[in-house]
Amino acid sequence: MSKIEMKGLSVYYGNGTVHALKDVNMKIEANKITALIGPSGCGKTTFLRALNRMNELIRVRTEGEVLIDGIDIYSKKVDVIQLRKKVGMVFQQPNPFPMSIYDNVAYGPRIHGVRNRELDGIVEESLKKAALWDEVKDRLEENAFGFSGGQQQRLCIARALAVNPEIILFDEPCSSLDPISTARIEELLSKLKREYTIVIVTHNMQQAARISDFTAFFLMGELIECGKTPQIFERPRDKRTEDYITGRFG
Amino acid sequence: MNIKEKIVKGGLFVSALISVVVLLIVIGYIVVNGIGVISLDFLLKSPYRFEYGGVFPQIIGSLFLVALCLLFAVPLGVASAIYLAEYAPDNVITSCIRLFVECLAGIPSIVIGLFGLVFLVYYLGFGVSMLSGGLALGFMILPWTVRASEEAIKAVPRSYREASLALGASKWQTIRSVVLKSAYPGIITGILLGIGKAIGETAVVLLTAGSGLESFLPRSILDPVASLPVYVYMLATQGQTSAAYSRAFGASILLITMFLVMSISALFLRNRYIKRMSGGRW
Ligand SMILES: Nc1ncnc2c1ncn2[C@@H]1O[C@H](COP(=O)(O)OP(=O)(O)OP(=O)(O)O)[C@@H](O)[C@H]1O
Ligand SMILES: [Mg+2]
Repeated sequence: MSKIEMKGLSVYYGNGTVHALKDVNMKIEANKITALIGPSGCGKTTFLRALNRMNELIRVRTEGEVLIDGIDIYSKKVDVIQLRKKVGMVFQQPNPFPMSIYDNVAYGPRIHGVRNRELDGIVEESLKKAALWDEVKDRLEENAFGFSGGQQQRLCIARALAVNPEIILFDEPCSSLDPISTARIEELLSKLKREYTIVIVTHNMQQAARISDFTAFFLMGELIECGKTPQIFERPRDKRTEDYITGRFG
Repeated sequence: MNIKEKIVKGGLFVSALISVVVLLIVIGYIVVNGIGVISLDFLLKSPYRFEYGGVFPQIIGSLFLVALCLLFAVPLGVASAIYLAEYAPDNVITSCIRLFVECLAGIPSIVIGLFGLVFLVYYLGFGVSMLSGGLALGFMILPWTVRASEEAIKAVPRSYREASLALGASKWQTIRSVVLKSAYPGIITGILLGIGKAIGETAVVLLTAGSGLESFLPRSILDPVASLPVYVYMLATQGQTSAAYSRAFGASILLITMFLVMSISALFLRNRYIKRMSGGRW
C-alpha cells in the first residue's frame, strides 16, 4: 500500500475563483523521496500544504480525498494536531523561532507533553539525525539567529524530526542556500529516507534528478506525469514534461 | 548650495535650537527652584501643612497608584489585543471595537476623572481611594496598552506561526509560546508609554484618589492615597508662599526623575530583550 494516496484532489482559493489543484490522482511511496516539479504557480506548494492541512489557515476549499495509511485526512474523525505530528514540514526560508537551539528543537516535544527529563535525549538525537549536532553541541543555549542559513535550515529539520513524524514535506528547502549548504541538505535527505517518507518541492531539475526516487510534474494545477525519476527525466511520456525538463519553458 | 537652500537649512536649525532651549529653560527653572528643598528629610518624612515635612507618602502613593493601574490595564489590555489580533473575525463589529479603542484613547483625562468620580467613587462605592484612582488611571492607559500590544502581535512574522502550527501546536499554544514571546518588546514599549502617562496624571487622580497632602500611607486599597502630581497641584494653587512653591518644584524634580528612571529601565529591558532575541546568548 502506498503511504499517501490522492483521489480527485482539488483545491480552490478565495471564493473558488482560483482553481489551484485540479483533480489530482497520485500515489506516494513510503521511504522514498518524491520530488514535485513544475513552473511557478503550478500548485506545488498548494499540493504540499494539502498533505498536512496547512491550507486551512487561509480561505480555501478542498475536494477529494487524501489518504495517509489508508485514512482520509479530511474526514471528521481526523485530529489535525495528530496529523501534523505525523506529517512534518520544512519551509522555503529557514524559520527558526527566536529562541535557543535547544528550545527550538524541544519546542515540538514540549507542546506534545514530553517530560523535561526526556528532552535532552530527544534534542541530541534530532540534531544528530539532522547532521547538526557536531556543529552546535557546545552552543545549544545560543540563539538560533546567530547561525548560518544552512545551519538554520538543518535546525528546522531537526525541529521537525523531534516530534517523530512519519512523513516530512520540504518546500524548496535549499532555494535560499549556497551550494555547499545545499549539498549537505541533499546528503541528509538521502539518509533520512530510510526512516521517513519524503516529499520535496524543488525548482532545481538537477536536484530532483539527483536525489529523488519519484518525480511528479505539475502544470497549471494539473498533475501531468508522475513516475520513477529516471523515466521522467530520460523518457518522459508527455511532450509538456519533456519541454519543461529540457528548459523550453518554465 | 544656493541661497534659498541656505535660508531653509538655517531656519530649520534655529527651530531645532529653540526647541532645545525651551526644554532646557523649563527643566533648568524647575531644578534651580526646587533643588534647595531636596534632602533626606524631604524624601523620607510626611508633609505637615504646606511648608513643612517631606513627601514620602506622595512618592509611595504615586508608585502604588501606577502599580495598581498596571495590574488592571496590562492583563486586560494584552488579552484584548490578543483577541483583536488573533481571533476577532474581520468584520464590521471588529472594526467598530478598534474605532472605539481609538476614541477611548482620545478622551481628555479630566473626563475620565469625572467618570471615575461618579462611577467608581460614588456609584460603586469605592470612595476616594487608591482603588478608584488605580482603576481610573487604568481606564486611561488601557487603549494605549491595547493598541501597542495589538501592533506588536501583528508584527510577529507569519513564518513563526506556521512553523509552530506545522509541528502540531494548537493556536493558543502558538500564541503563548511563540507570538507573545516575539511581541514582548513592543508590548513593553506600550506599557512604558502607559507608565509615563499614568505617573504624571493629575486630573484623574485628583478626582478619585485623594487630596495630595495626605500625611499617611494607605492601609488598604480603600483608603485615600497621596500622589506627587496632586501634591504639586495643591501647593501651586493653595500654598501661595515661596516655601510652598519651592516644595512644589522639589516634588516636580522627583516626578521627572521617577518618570526618567522608569522609562530608562523599561527601555533597557526592552533593548536587552531584543538583543537576546537576535543573536547573542539566550
Ligand atoms: N492565498 C492564496 N490566495 C489566492 N490564490 C493563491 C493563494 N496561494 C496561491 N494561490 C494561487 O494558486 C496557484 C498555485 O500556487 P502555489 O503557491 O501552490 O504555486 P507553486 O507551484 O508553489 O509556485 P512557486 O513555484 O512560485 O512557489 C497560483 O496561481 C497562485 O497564484
Ligand atoms: Mg511554492
